[in-house]
Amino acid sequence: MSMLPEVTGESQAALAAEAGEPIPVGRKVIQGRSPWRLAWERLRTDKAAIIAGSTIVVIVLLALLAPVIASWVGHGPNQQFIDIGEDANGNPVGPNGTFWFGTDSSGRDLFIRILYGARISLSIGVLATLTSVALGTIFGLAAGYIGGFVDAVIARVIDVMLAVPFLVVAISVASIWRPSFWLVIFIVGVLGFTYPARIVRGQVISLKEKEFVQAARALGAGPLRVMFVDLLPNVVAQVIVFGSLLIPAAIVSEATLSYLGVGVQPPTADWGAMISDAQGYYQYGFWWYLLFPSLALLITTLAFNILGDSVRDALDPRGGGVYK
Amino acid sequence: MIRFLTIRIGQAILVLWAATIVVFLLFFVGPGPNAVARTFAGRLATPARLAQIKHDLHLDLPIYQQYLHWVGNLLQGNLGYDYYKGQSVNSVVAAALPATLSLVIGAAILWIGYGVISGVISAVRPRSLLDRGFTLSALVFYSMPTFVLGLGLIWIFAYKLNPVTKFFPFHGYVPLTTNPGQWFEYLILPWLTLALVTSAAYTRLTRTSMLEVLGEDYIRTARAKGMSERRVIVVHALRSALTPVVTLAGLDIGVSLGGVIITESVFGVTGLGWTIVQAINQQDLPVIMGIAILAATFVVFTNLVVDILYAVLDPRVHL
Repeated sequence: MSMLPEVTGESQAALAAEAGEPIPVGRKVIQGRSPWRLAWERLRTDKAAIIAGSTIVVIVLLALLAPVIASWVGHGPNQQFIDIGEDANGNPVGPNGTFWFGTDSSGRDLFIRILYGARISLSIGVLATLTSVALGTIFGLAAGYIGGFVDAVIARVIDVMLAVPFLVVAISVASIWRPSFWLVIFIVGVLGFTYPARIVRGQVISLKEKEFVQAARALGAGPLRVMFVDLLPNVVAQVIVFGSLLIPAAIVSEATLSYLGVGVQPPTADWGAMISDAQGYYQYGFWWYLLFPSLALLITTLAFNILGDSVRDALDPRGGGVYK
Repeated sequence: MIRFLTIRIGQAILVLWAATIVVFLLFFVGPGPNAVARTFAGRLATPARLAQIKHDLHLDLPIYQQYLHWVGNLLQGNLGYDYYKGQSVNSVVAAALPATLSLVIGAAILWIGYGVISGVISAVRPRSLLDRGFTLSALVFYSMPTFVLGLGLIWIFAYKLNPVTKFFPFHGYVPLTTNPGQWFEYLILPWLTLALVTSAAYTRLTRTSMLEVLGEDYIRTARAKGMSERRVIVVHALRSALTPVVTLAGLDIGVSLGGVIITESVFGVTGLGWTIVQAINQQDLPVIMGIAILAATFVVFTNLVVDILYAVLDPRVHL
């Protein structure tokens, strides 16, 4: 609403400039706003986006500060407190002043382990997404710009990847090679490239007939130069925004692999693995063991999804969000 | 039409053929012939038995001939022989398929029903309290990993509400033919889990698609003619708004029929997904490969059917 008078002012200034009249001195100079700027302003007024964004900032800070908090509390992530962290039967103890979220079946501080788990979830989520986006950009550029046979081959490769079940491939690859941090990033990253590839392909197809591409070709630029020097900068921003929507999906995939035992290996603290460990305990009254890692996972993916939705709505106001 | 069908079926065959190569390379070549023979035979097999298995599986032949043998068997409908269980993979699959079918069909009815109804209500009353509720809960379920929801439901229904619900079954599968009542009871929580997680996308898709259609001229015309709002929405708008929903449903059902790994594992539903996880843990390669190829076939086939239906149903697609 508050934008209306400004837009009018802007067009008046533009008209004045076009007519050759000098813009009056002392009047606030109104600058043209790029679509990104407009999107940012829409995002700033979106309450859901602000809450989700702040939540993500807090989670990232907690993950970064995990070692500091651990040394302040005095509990290491893999430190076992057999005397006070387990009851007389060797079972987990519930939340108390020493262990805020209780302990796990090995007498370790669940709160500290959840903080350390955030480091794994976030770093794998982001690195796997970067892998997907990089692969997707390369394949999307090639499919969109070269077209024809290359496009058909890449389309069929994507079909094959969508046909062979993701989890089966992931579990099998992880059981042939030893499961590790980098293998999880590789699996989740490679198997997630289809979505960014389709977006880049679509963008490139609409861009490649533009004059600047023809000009580049007329100046003798080869396909590689056109793709990576002329086209890439025009799709990169879009890719980053849509790529951010992949982060929560990658976090869920990572947690799922850990839950199935083929993700990051123990004793590394990991949310999916904690939930899997809790399976033998939560029914017998040790509810905190399941609840806190699940909440950590859910809050993180929910925050990323809400923020991603808001970013998309801000860029494409036709849809209109409902959380405002 | 003939040309479209030929090209589309050709593509489907090409994709399936490529899938056989991927599965073959991943599982056969990866571990090497000796390791394969050993996993098939078990740890205590004698050298003579190992040699026999290597010969039976044609592991003593060059790789391309091994592949041809495997694909030749697949083409005859023979998924392989499971040395671990001492039976054909076909019978392993036949034993597991009814559980997966029961789970997927029941859940699909729930997720499509709930997704479409909530999406339509959201679109008809945008920004109302109901719309916000449906959209927010869709986002929550969309963000929720399947195993978190499954374990949460077990905790609430089977343990916390135990005094009310008495014994609530949550682990295992009873075939429909053995006891229909128990079949239903055991599947309630798996159905709910799979349906809630999947329905989120349907709520969102139906809402968007419906909002778009409701803005079209022909809807205004229908209203101007004095048609009841109910008829406008149900007969005129919903029909064209459902096209993308039907497409998504086809693809989702195709993927799920190959096994719903997480849901089946959490609830111990002994379907294809549960079986393949067991097989992976036991390094039971013929079963892994058989189910993987079967799952790929389901996906490719449903994709094909959806594409053809889409071309037939949508008058804008010219063939």
